[in-house]
Amino acid sequence: MFRRHLGWVAAVAVACLAACGSGGPATSAGGGGAKEVTVFAAASLTGTFTELGKAFEAAHPGTTVRFNFGSSATLAQQIVQGAPADVFAAASPATMKTVTDASLASAPVTFARNTLQIAVPAGNPARVDELKDLADPRVKVALCAEQVPCGAAAAKALAAAGLKITPVTLEQDVKATLTKVQLGEADAALVYKTDVIAAAGKVEGIDFPEAGQAVNDYPIAALAKAPAGGAAKEFVDLVLSQQGRGVLTKAGFEAAPR
Amino acid sequence: MSAAPDRRLAGRPPWVLVVPALLGLAFLVLPLAGLLIRAPWPTLPARLAEPQVLEALRLSLVTATIATAVCLVLGVPLAWMLARVDLPGRRLVRALVTVPLVLPPVVGGVALLLVLGRRGLIGQWLESAFGVTLPFTTAGVVVAEAFVAMPFLVISVEGALRAADRRYEEAAATLGASRWTVFRRVTLPLVAPGVMAGAVLCWARALGEFGATITFAGNFPGTTRTMPLAVYLALETEPEAAIVLSLVLLAVSVIILAGLRDRWVTSP
Repeated sequence: MFRRHLGWVAAVAVACLAACGSGGPATSAGGGGAKEVTVFAAASLTGTFTELGKAFEAAHPGTTVRFNFGSSATLAQQIVQGAPADVFAAASPATMKTVTDASLASAPVTFARNTLQIAVPAGNPARVDELKDLADPRVKVALCAEQVPCGAAAAKALAAAGLKITPVTLEQDVKATLTKVQLGEADAALVYKTDVIAAAGKVEGIDFPEAGQAVNDYPIAALAKAPAGGAAKEFVDLVLSQQGRGVLTKAGFEAAPR
Repeated sequence: MSAAPDRRLAGRPPWVLVVPALLGLAFLVLPLAGLLIRAPWPTLPARLAEPQVLEALRLSLVTATIATAVCLVLGVPLAWMLARVDLPGRRLVRALVTVPLVLPPVVGGVALLLVLGRRGLIGQWLESAFGVTLPFTTAGVVVAEAFVAMPFLVISVEGALRAADRRYEEAAATLGASRWTVFRRVTLPLVAPGVMAGAVLCWARALGEFGATITFAGNFPGTTRTMPLAVYLALETEPEAAIVLSLVLLAVSVIILAGLRDRWVTSP
């Protein structure tokens, strides 16, 4: 995760140096025959968007879709700092707002919703079966940090249940949180249902009623300065299409209310 | 290092070397300058006084210091073995010791989890026998930091041992000193600057450790959230806070390096 950051910083530095030294090489964006659409998407969309990206490439020969998956908050910061993205799909309206507030995108559309589940390692060694079991001090709970959408949703659900729990770790994104459960280091975590489904066999998911209080809306928008131009909009259309909905609901997302 | 340039080689330094050298310097210095330029100076004192900042700083300093102590206790003898004992396969051992140096720290963190995690090879035994689990504890942070930082110490001390004059040790031995006494009274004082330099490098590396820590020890304020982790999390929502935290780390590193400069420069 953090290496993506480093890579980005290094790339900027190198590009800057190259520009100083030789008067600026051509960037990879646009131009030429091969087109590229760069999609910044929340970590929880890794599986579904990779699939949709392949579908997009099949429908648009000669176009490649590149993904940058990560915490929505990090991605939003990268876009605000000038990362050359075409599409941003966030796991919360708040992180999308960072981008729209900077006038880098307008009119985001909610394309999916995700609910939380309790994830436990296969076999459920700590015998967790409802949310209040997480308050037991013997149960090691991993949560997302509140700065990222899955953490904000978890905080909301716990507040709705009137529970105060002390997690052992506050992870940077939902995949990192789930990994701690998958490896058996944590006994339980609050993650998205879709992530539990993606890790089927290695973790088990437990529904809990308070999750209904903390449903996450996923907004998507083509960015105003998209280097890929119209192709960015076409990718958004694919996500919103019947085909896109099909892929998303199969992975455990709920269709967005229209 | 500070020796005067050779007279016979006087004259203009060739631009083929000067231009890349200056670019290299700019590449290293500009990002730091960027931190200073973008720092939110007016709100700096208030941000520094925030309890989370002090908590992360204290945790970083404490864990890096303990990790360095652990590295000294284990690393100096290891360096001595590599330099002074005829081990079979010594080159292989030396290569293994330096692996954490080139390994991406995240990989180191995963490896630590697989061995010392709750379901790890040694970790599950630690838990069943002593009820000790390392992940998500401050001790886990120390383990992660020591793992990543120890090679710096070992390499530096081993280099010093190889450069040291062995005749002093031999003289002590002929006078009847045991190998332990020779090590304690002759070898160690002889390579003290090398040990110091290695310890500083080791401490600095431990202070900046991120990947192995976040992977192995997790991220919780007060127990495992060290400065680098706090910087990374702050970047999510408050880039300004991240800059402030980075400045603190930068200042601490510069102060330590400057304070030890004399020993640093005179060490082999």
